[in-house]
Amino acid sequence: MITNENKKLAQWAMEYALKNGCQASKVSLYSGSSTSFEIRDMKIDRLHQASENSLVVQLYVDGRFGSFSTNRLDKQELEKFIKDNIDATRFLAEDKARTLPDESRYYKGGKPDLQLIDPNFDNIQPDDKKNLALKTCEEMMGKDERVISASASYGDEKDFKYMITSNGFEGETSASSFSLVGSVSIKGEGEARPESYWYDSALYYDQMIKEGIGTKALERVLRKLGQKKTKSGRYDMIVDNMNSARLLSPIMDAIDGASIQQKNSFLIDKLNQKVLGDKVTLKDEPHLIKTPGARYFDNEGVATQPMSIFEGGVLKTYFIDTYRANKMGIDPTISSASILTIDMGDKDLEALIAGVNKGILVTGFNGGNCNSTTGDFSYGIEGFLIEGGKMVQPISEMNVTGNMLKLWNQLVEVGNDPRQSSSWRIPSLHFEGIDFSGL
Amino acid sequence: MNINRRDFIKSGGMLVLGSLVAPSFLASCTSPEATKAAGIAFGMNHFKVSESDLKKVLAAALEKGGDYADLFFEHTLNNGIQLQDGAVNNAQSNIDFGMGVRVLSGDQTGYAYVENITLDEMLKAARTAARIADSNNTNKNVAALTEVKPKGSYYDVQAPWESFTVKDKMPYLQKLNDKIFALDKRVHKVRAFLSDSTSHIFFCNTEGQMYYDYRPMCSLSAVCIMEDNGRIENSYASRSYRMGTEFLTDELLDTLAKEAVEKTSILFQAIKPKGGEMPVVMGAGGSGILLHEAIGHAFEADFNRKKTSIFSDLLNKKVCDEHINVVDDGTIPFNRGSVNIDDEGIEGQKTYIVHEGILTSYLHDRISAKHYGIQSTGNGRRENFRQIPIPRMRATYMEAGNVTEEEIIASVKNGIYASSFTNGQVQIGAGDFTFFVKDGYLIENGKLTQPIKDINIIGNGPKALADITMVGNNYKMDDGTWTCGKDGQSCPVTCGMPSALVSKLTVGGEN
Repeated sequence: MITNENKKLAQWAMEYALKNGCQASKVSLYSGSSTSFEIRDMKIDRLHQASENSLVVQLYVDGRFGSFSTNRLDKQELEKFIKDNIDATRFLAEDKARTLPDESRYYKGGKPDLQLIDPNFDNIQPDDKKNLALKTCEEMMGKDERVISASASYGDEKDFKYMITSNGFEGETSASSFSLVGSVSIKGEGEARPESYWYDSALYYDQMIKEGIGTKALERVLRKLGQKKTKSGRYDMIVDNMNSARLLSPIMDAIDGASIQQKNSFLIDKLNQKVLGDKVTLKDEPHLIKTPGARYFDNEGVATQPMSIFEGGVLKTYFIDTYRANKMGIDPTISSASILTIDMGDKDLEALIAGVNKGILVTGFNGGNCNSTTGDFSYGIEGFLIEGGKMVQPISEMNVTGNMLKLWNQLVEVGNDPRQSSSWRIPSLHFEGIDFSGL
Repeated sequence: MNINRRDFIKSGGMLVLGSLVAPSFLASCTSPEATKAAGIAFGMNHFKVSESDLKKVLAAALEKGGDYADLFFEHTLNNGIQLQDGAVNNAQSNIDFGMGVRVLSGDQTGYAYVENITLDEMLKAARTAARIADSNNTNKNVAALTEVKPKGSYYDVQAPWESFTVKDKMPYLQKLNDKIFALDKRVHKVRAFLSDSTSHIFFCNTEGQMYYDYRPMCSLSAVCIMEDNGRIENSYASRSYRMGTEFLTDELLDTLAKEAVEKTSILFQAIKPKGGEMPVVMGAGGSGILLHEAIGHAFEADFNRKKTSIFSDLLNKKVCDEHINVVDDGTIPFNRGSVNIDDEGIEGQKTYIVHEGILTSYLHDRISAKHYGIQSTGNGRRENFRQIPIPRMRATYMEAGNVTEEEIIASVKNGIYASSFTNGQVQIGAGDFTFFVKDGYLIENGKLTQPIKDINIIGNGPKALADITMVGNNYKMDDGTWTCGKDGQSCPVTCGMPSALVSKLTVGGEN
């Protein structure tokens, strides 16, 4: 929690910076705490408790800019910290594009509470936390003779942020989160010890799934037994809802203002052009109550609003913050997306699989990368071979290779099953004609 | 446990942490030599703790019957400056200060930390961490504290970063920018980063060990974006060492500029190869990523004591050709992965993990060493005072063999030569590992022909190790800015390798 005393400290830091040679400033104060219980083979393995604070001071000095942070919140030390950093900033090259946002763009308040923090956070007893992890571990231990080791962990955290700018913004955010993870290793073929996991996370303790996490992790590892490579070739590809967001990430990077301004993108000068497939209708919906990622203002204090990002594959917006907007001489939008949603179809993963004759279901990525200026990608994968609408063989040690623009033009169906715990709510996806390499 | 269970490595210098100045209570710090000579006296004074406070906190940590406890004090100053669009116009810095209390009870761990170092706060943290134990055996004593002076001193600095200002640093980035632009007229954008950090570490434990370590780190990187006929490509070059400002030389700038431009310009001629299983020649240097992923992580003893690594039953067994030796080394002067003493009081050392083809040692921390009844290999490392130490690699490399690179390439009819890499990952239990090849060549009839780019290579650890059939005489350490991730903790490492042939790996590509 940010105490009034700490708010006063942030306000004091700003005033002190302005009095000592700074023309504008943004000050943010973070405070967070977390606990975790990790159980391995029905014994407590790790107990971890943490709480931290930090102060970030952004200084605009004579047309120059620097950003400085510290977890030493003693006033006397902060005075020297701020003064010395003002002096250091003066050495830098002038950068006229560095300004605070226009004050008309700030969030001014008045919207309903986003309800991101569990009011019962402090009432959850350590024994209940520990027992949840123990119960999850129990769902795996001894439930199959091939189990080598089973772990489960319970974690919770609370984060607070307070932010002020010298041209009038003041804002505060808070969020809690709870997670429960089950993870299990089993004896496989030869020396192999396949491992899998399952988890749930939620903003509220009561909303978190507490039963079946271990059971599901065990199911997920057992179905991996007998993994092998299959033949290289073109296949339909289904990516499940645990992994589909990974494929969106290079697209979101490519429409970020810094990437555009630095020519580090494969989507330069593409606004209002059709660059992705018809099925890609993607929105930013920042104001969903009780939803991870929800927010009324971005990291600059600028008010967020629901926005269309792609409509039927047509690019509708870039993510442009104040600095990049000034640099490129264009209007700013918002610094980054909050909650991503994609227009969904009506099938879940099982139904998508049933519709594929020869394909590969990707249930995990293993390394790989994407070239940020060309969109060329290559990722390691594991999953299942699909034949005649059925999963017939677990596969691993294969690569999927292609180009992001081509890939998203080959999207034929969007599922209906996004994970609720993620702020990028991307369901299972079905692409066609994708290059896999294996045998 | 972290939800993201990936164990990975990545290269580059995109991460800019940022201090420009020492806080006031550091002002008395005259030089690293002086602080080092002062040792624990400096440490205790720096963190304003007395020997009797330390003993009280250690005793509180054992109140519930723990077997062992340690206190890890850290003060780190990070600074970064950045050049983009031709000007050094951004500076960052961060000050991080605190201490962590760890209590071990068998192989169980309790951990808590504080940012505000007072006796009351430390006692509170110690009592939280102590709860891991639950025994009546509370008569364990805290041994008398005595200073440990490690034998090795692998990163003595000539000129510390603390007194080197933004003004002193800026010309180096500017020169690097100008050199890159001068090398090729297709250069369109350059971003360059210089980061440095200085850590003061003070440690003590219930066995009576106490030490102070001064840890410098610096990194210089350049990202180059070139445009040719409407096509845009990007690549980068970076170097990182545990050094003072003597790191910055004109030679370094020349090397980085040349490398960044060469690595970017080759991409314009490069294609994606046809994918599938084929022989892969790993070029000298960064190919050490193969060792890091294929065997390094799976040799970390936490996975092996839990029996979850694919190498869990292979200790003292032959795992590859008898000419192969693989080392994990914390003693290379100025190396990014070096440790005078690890983060739980064990001296830095050089560890053969594969000797003459035999898996000779896992990489241990205190918990796993006790489990196996041996001495720790000094691999217990932590990201910072907020984290517990776990087995981590340092500089991982293969020793040189006896053939030339030409002979290796000439032995391959159709395959791939991998030159540079961006990142890799591994599944510890299944053994599947991958690394991403930023650029390389096709090998056709024993010769390097068409440049290739942007492909992932995947293999299985024990199989790939057994499939290394030729090792070159051209060993090279890669001093790029490698950062390894495990259990949510980042750790600086390096890797090295002579050129080597892996007879079969699965190469990504189009069909």
